[in-house]
Amino acid sequence: MSGAAHRPGAQPVVAADTALHRAPPQCKVAATAVCVLFVACTPTGVLWPYLGYGALLVGTAVIAAVPARALLRRLVVEIPFVFFVVLLPFLASGPTVGVLGVRLSLAGIASAVAIVLKASFGLLATGLLAATTPLPEVIAGLERLRAPVIVTAIASFMVRYGELLNSELARLRTARVCRGADQRWLWQVADVAGCVGALFVRAFERGERVYLAMLSRGYTGSLPPTLTGAAASRFAWLTALAVPAVFAGLAAAGWVTRS
Amino acid sequence: MHIPDGFVNAPVCVAGGLLAVGGLAVCVRRVGTSMRTPGGSAVGGSDIPLAGLAAAFFLVLEAPIFPIGVGTGGHLLGGTLAVALLGPWLGPVVVSVVLVVQALFAGDGGVTALGVNVVNMALLPALVGYPLLIGSARVLTRILGRARLAVVVGCAVAAVVSVLAGAVLYSLEYAVGGAADVPAGTVAAATIGTYAVIALFEGPVTGLVVAALLRLRPDLVRVGRHLTKAPAA
Repeated sequence: MSGAAHRPGAQPVVAADTALHRAPPQCKVAATAVCVLFVACTPTGVLWPYLGYGALLVGTAVIAAVPARALLRRLVVEIPFVFFVVLLPFLASGPTVGVLGVRLSLAGIASAVAIVLKASFGLLATGLLAATTPLPEVIAGLERLRAPVIVTAIASFMVRYGELLNSELARLRTARVCRGADQRWLWQVADVAGCVGALFVRAFERGERVYLAMLSRGYTGSLPPTLTGAAASRFAWLTALAVPAVFAGLAAAGWVTRS
Repeated sequence: MHIPDGFVNAPVCVAGGLLAVGGLAVCVRRVGTSMRTPGGSAVGGSDIPLAGLAAAFFLVLEAPIFPIGVGTGGHLLGGTLAVALLGPWLGPVVVSVVLVVQALFAGDGGVTALGVNVVNMALLPALVGYPLLIGSARVLTRILGRARLAVVVGCAVAAVVSVLAGAVLYSLEYAVGGAADVPAGTVAAATIGTYAVIALFEGPVTGLVVAALLRLRPDLVRVGRHLTKAPAA
């Protein structure tokens, strides 16, 4: 397994040896999750806290020596998911503003902007985590944070199979196109579903062999303690949680100044 | 149906979060008993890689095919496929893992709305889809006399119903605690309309995938396991 590179939308780890790369993964995972949550809690219609979030993220990225382009490229994955916000200004009610003869709802614009900003800043924060922490370490960090074994086991297998599935899918797609398939035609849906079933079985049979090999080497569902690392020091926790603390302050200030 | 941040208000988010955590805790506990001995039996042992594969599968295949809807992106949900393959306890856990990864790493669905999303897309197929699947498969077996076909049709029916149920539930949640300034009626019409179309795809695709799996590896389909022991019931 070669880490984060193979999940759709994920960037490879930026190889460097900085304080952020060395930090205990459980601290980084917790700090990132809390940061994303506080960004999501920012009130709609207040924009200045995002400047603060941005400054903090840029500062962290500089410390971690993560190039800006690698981070910004991550934002591409959100395009299909946030695309629908384009409709919000047309559909929302309330006071409107005329732009080029079209009535746009102010409240609709505000919620569209908020949704895009929150999704983007969440992606930038998780992008920093992915750039500084290889995926096995993220999962080790989750285990140290006492996530249920089943969740970490599913997550690690999901990461392992992601790449497998993508490559098998590409192969099957090529084979189908060579045989004259065209997925625009609805009556070929049976063919597509058969393809999906075959993909599932092929990938599973490869994965099952890997799993049996893991079992024969003593896998019990969680990583061995030597791989999950040591407990983080209090200093590491304090520095890691300083960033989300500022995020919390900014989000709270956003709520206070709104009213 | 991945609800973004700021679309439903705080009380609905908190209620959804509590429901999701409670429901998933029950699921994890019920699964956990079979997790402790991964090598114990062939069936229990293959559950973990199967669950991981299913999760990767949903992540790869859930490319949005209907990106336009009011407040929700639309694509195949796969919740019913998950419970059909993995059973009512492991299925929701797998879909939830996928939802968390999508929210954090793809910007798909809000982090504050994660609980609501888990309730709509992971727990609902287990609560509504699974009993319906089992029930309709049993009834259809009696009518059609062909057990495998009955399971396939049962999966398709359950998929259609749980997608629609999810859309209705989301509309209700929005009517109770909608925070965006879009009228609840518009949201309900758009959501249920979009998802009626998606349900028409989701049903056949779920049924056909289950049919393909039953043909190739029937032991991987939890709801079809009785077929491998007693074929042509």
